[in-house]
Amino acid sequence: MTDATTPRPHPASPAAPVRRSLLIEDARTKRRNAAERRFRAYGVVAIGLAIAALVFLLFTIFRDGSSAFFQTYARIPVAIEAQVVDPAGNRDPAEMQKVLTMGYGKLLDNALAAYVEENGIQIEGLSERDLSTFFSAQGRADLRNAVLADPALVGTVIEAPVMTSSRVDGMFKGRVSRDSAARDAKTSVAQYELAMAMEKQGDLQTRFNWDFVTSTDSSDNRPEAAGLGVAILGSLYMMLIVLVLSLPIGVAASIYLEEFAPKNRLTDAIEVNISNLAAVPSIVFGILGLAVFVNFVGLPRSAPIVGGLVLTLLTLPTIIISTRAALKAVPPSIRDAALGVGASRMQTMFHHVLPLAMPGILTGTILGLAHALGETAPLLLIGMVAFVTTYPSAPPEGFLDPASALPVQVYNWTQRADPAFFERASGAIIVLLAFLLAMNLLAIYLRRKFERRW
Amino acid sequence: MDDVRLAERAVDTDARDIKFQCRDVQVWYGEKHAIKDVSVDLLDKTVTAFIGPSGCGKSTFLRCLNRMNDTIGIARVEGQMLLDGENIYDRRVDPVQLRARVGMVFQKPNPFPKSIYDNVAYGPRIHGLARNRAELDEIVEKALRGAALWNEVKDRLHETGTGLSGGQQQRLCIARAVATAPEVLLMDEPCSALDPIATAQVEELIDELRATFSVVIVTHSMQQAARVSQKTAFFHLGNLVEYGDTDDIFTRPRDPRTESYISGRIG
Amino acid sequence: MSPFWIMIATLALAVLGYLLGRSRSIRLAGGDTRALHSRPGYHGWNVALFTALPALLLLAGARLFHAPGWVAPAALVLALAGLGLSLSRTTPQFRARNSVERVIRGVLVVCALIAIATTLAIVLSLVFESARFFQMYPWQDFFFGTEWTPSFGGGSKLGMLPLLWGTLYISLIALLVAVPIGLYAAIYMSDYASPRVRSVVKPAIEVLAGIPTIVYGLFALVTVGPLLRDWIAQPLGLGSGGSSVMTAGVVMGMMLIPFVSSLSDDIINAVPQSLRDGSLAMGSTHSETIRQVVLPAALPGIVGAILLAASRAIGETMIVVLGAGAMAKISPNPFEAMTTITVKIVGQLTGDNDFASPETLVAFALGLTLFVMTLGLNILALYIVRKYREQYE
Repeated sequence: MTDATTPRPHPASPAAPVRRSLLIEDARTKRRNAAERRFRAYGVVAIGLAIAALVFLLFTIFRDGSSAFFQTYARIPVAIEAQVVDPAGNRDPAEMQKVLTMGYGKLLDNALAAYVEENGIQIEGLSERDLSTFFSAQGRADLRNAVLADPALVGTVIEAPVMTSSRVDGMFKGRVSRDSAARDAKTSVAQYELAMAMEKQGDLQTRFNWDFVTSTDSSDNRPEAAGLGVAILGSLYMMLIVLVLSLPIGVAASIYLEEFAPKNRLTDAIEVNISNLAAVPSIVFGILGLAVFVNFVGLPRSAPIVGGLVLTLLTLPTIIISTRAALKAVPPSIRDAALGVGASRMQTMFHHVLPLAMPGILTGTILGLAHALGETAPLLLIGMVAFVTTYPSAPPEGFLDPASALPVQVYNWTQRADPAFFERASGAIIVLLAFLLAMNLLAIYLRRKFERRW
Repeated sequence: MDDVRLAERAVDTDARDIKFQCRDVQVWYGEKHAIKDVSVDLLDKTVTAFIGPSGCGKSTFLRCLNRMNDTIGIARVEGQMLLDGENIYDRRVDPVQLRARVGMVFQKPNPFPKSIYDNVAYGPRIHGLARNRAELDEIVEKALRGAALWNEVKDRLHETGTGLSGGQQQRLCIARAVATAPEVLLMDEPCSALDPIATAQVEELIDELRATFSVVIVTHSMQQAARVSQKTAFFHLGNLVEYGDTDDIFTRPRDPRTESYISGRIG
Repeated sequence: MSPFWIMIATLALAVLGYLLGRSRSIRLAGGDTRALHSRPGYHGWNVALFTALPALLLLAGARLFHAPGWVAPAALVLALAGLGLSLSRTTPQFRARNSVERVIRGVLVVCALIAIATTLAIVLSLVFESARFFQMYPWQDFFFGTEWTPSFGGGSKLGMLPLLWGTLYISLIALLVAVPIGLYAAIYMSDYASPRVRSVVKPAIEVLAGIPTIVYGLFALVTVGPLLRDWIAQPLGLGSGGSSVMTAGVVMGMMLIPFVSSLSDDIINAVPQSLRDGSLAMGSTHSETIRQVVLPAALPGIVGAILLAASRAIGETMIVVLGAGAMAKISPNPFEAMTTITVKIVGQLTGDNDFASPETLVAFALGLTLFVMTLGLNILALYIVRKYREQYE
């Protein structure tokens, strides 16, 4: 900064001070003000970049994922041929059970072929395979379930919506184009043409896909049927465990550290420990869970109980930190007042301080839970990533049944071979974000409602 | 308004040396009318003391003189404040340039967490007052001598400024302000955080600074005002009640409010 | 009787104990509870606690350490003994409240010790399993080996250096993204933004911190990876894959922005206003004040914040699992896929594991390395931040 062009004489120096007008901005000030504007602009750019990143992230997730909540169905007449579904001819559901879903596939294939013929649809190179892969394997299973539930349908022609395959679904939603269909081994241009023809007739339509939220995961060859039911239940179970364990333990530990702990080395050690634990990478907690809960204690892998315990240990430091802040915020005058009328310290704590700190504690706990809900890495290590197609039973036994978790389900779907699972993964993130949003709103509501200024 | 007329009459006598000419200055803090209709002329090479009960606006007025109130979003200033005939609230005026000419020392010593040398060199560096290191050294030494601190710190110029005692810190802040070669030095209760000995040293220093600068000091101590200043302005509830020679104000106050204040009835 | 039912029975005994203790104290006081040292409820609690606690502890211990079958029913005997003993101690003079409060205090201490127990469990499990690993595989080859080619048939090379390289490279890029953006955002919010702008922007940026890392991982995999590949890597001939150090680094940087900005914001706000006033009053511009007075004053705290962010980056898993790839190699090209310590921990520990093979156990050695690295950074950072806070308190 010693390279000034026009130094102002120092008053102590012999030369008389040259006084320049305030109203004229000199060259140096101009430069400095330009630097000021640049600096300010960097700040605006930084904030702009951060917000743009957030918006872009959310935008892509919603763009890719929202279609998972809608599923394409075809509405064509399906003849339930008696010789296929009821070879014995006695309408006995027990006998009809013997016809597997494969058989119903033939019904759908025939129905589609008849539909093509009837509507005069001419498509070059439309093969048997294009027809048989048009519908989802789930469509056959749905049809079979419908017939078994109501044997009277046998021999009639029903016009029930049939779930299409993920490729046809993609064509209808615009995800799969003519070009990409040509490159895809699982579909063909002819199938694409067929789908477009049916769309023109108005026989393809989407329905809100509740199954995506409620049904179980599905195998690699039918992504269109994969759902989040098991994952949501698994996450719910784990959150229950985390809530039941970490709230009381966290509150108890905070009360001790804040109100009763003597100032000694053990207390110091615990405090340093807690702040360090809060910053230990989550995957290390996964290793802990694997080594202690699974290998040492012998709890089953993939079970919500193990995930819950690991997430409890993971969130405990955060909950303790926020709980202590809430306890600290209760003014000492309240304690003095209670002690002054002869309450013991324990009574003061539980009758006065704790109730006043409770909104803050709950807010912190909910935010801790939200954090735990999104945690993925530790759950991978304790085997929550397994392919689970049965719902866990009700608690408490259900805590030991294999389950998945929402974020792990997202990871699971990104590892599948079929790209149709990516739509599901983004959809699952929307569900996850919705839960997180709800929890955060609840926390904000609690904070607003019970906010107290002393 | 009586008091304004009185104030004007008082300054008319020595109009030649006017440094700051303030006319009908109004300051609002949001809805609060903090300074009402203040007109006062501050003289060059003179120590002017602003006295008055707390909340009377004396500090606010002081901060207007180098536009430090700009940093508070809700403050609004009206009226004229002419520094050497130029309105400092003119749209063309850059407060950065203004503050180089109107320095300020605060209530609590606030040395930067840098070395003593860098503290003093800060102003000359940002304003580009030195062409080379030797010149900068010279400016720093002069400023520290001017603040009567040189002999105490010359051997530890590169130690941190926060390690000095309170009185030394405040003199360091004065040296820091002086190094920028201002024409006016504003002091906002510069001794309120200091012990009596340090206060005496700073007061002595203020008297010496009068040779070079126009000094304006806000103080809550009437004794201090009487000791260091030649002119005194008494503020009350945002009004300038009385302005005149310090001797006159303390011996022959013209306004009953001034009299009550210096005799200790309001405060 | 299964342990579950023994637990239920114990709890039932505790409830019974509460009622008995309570009524006995009232009876002994002749119906006038003022004659009691403690209120009847405390007598009840005292009996209940003495009945349930020792028995439940025994049950939990039996479950944890695979004790023989007769231990669980013994818990029931213990519960009965506790019930009898504490009931016999119930007299009007008995200080039941103090007794109960001592027990509660004990419970509080135990809960506080869980934090230490967690750390101990982490350290022990990492150290023991790592020790087993180093018995099978020389530690020099692990720490200084430059090749990572595990094969479950034997003859694996498990050198950590390629993983360490990938970890540090990705973390560096993440910090290069997050630190300037986070720091400038923090400066703008603390020193320039109006309260209204601040009240909108600050929570918006903090939303980034609330988004789970799996979301960032998917974003890296589906959006950022292909974008970088199509617009930068392929045109420049630097790479042809979506997974790369750059992809993971940039997305991780996004994730770290709120981390850096909110910590720095707190720290910059802790710099006293008087310093800013002092600088502004000398005629420095706002940015000169920030660069030459505020930032130097806040520097230790900001360094601490950056170290914490670095530790976050090193331990981050899902973004690198989905964004960085699985190739263990040391290359200077940021558009190549590389891998990290955390990716390989996940890789070696998911699926069916043989906990006697070095290929599985190496994950624990990696975990130990990761733990030591992040712990070192955290302790250093927390120390610096704490020292900084004390300076201005």
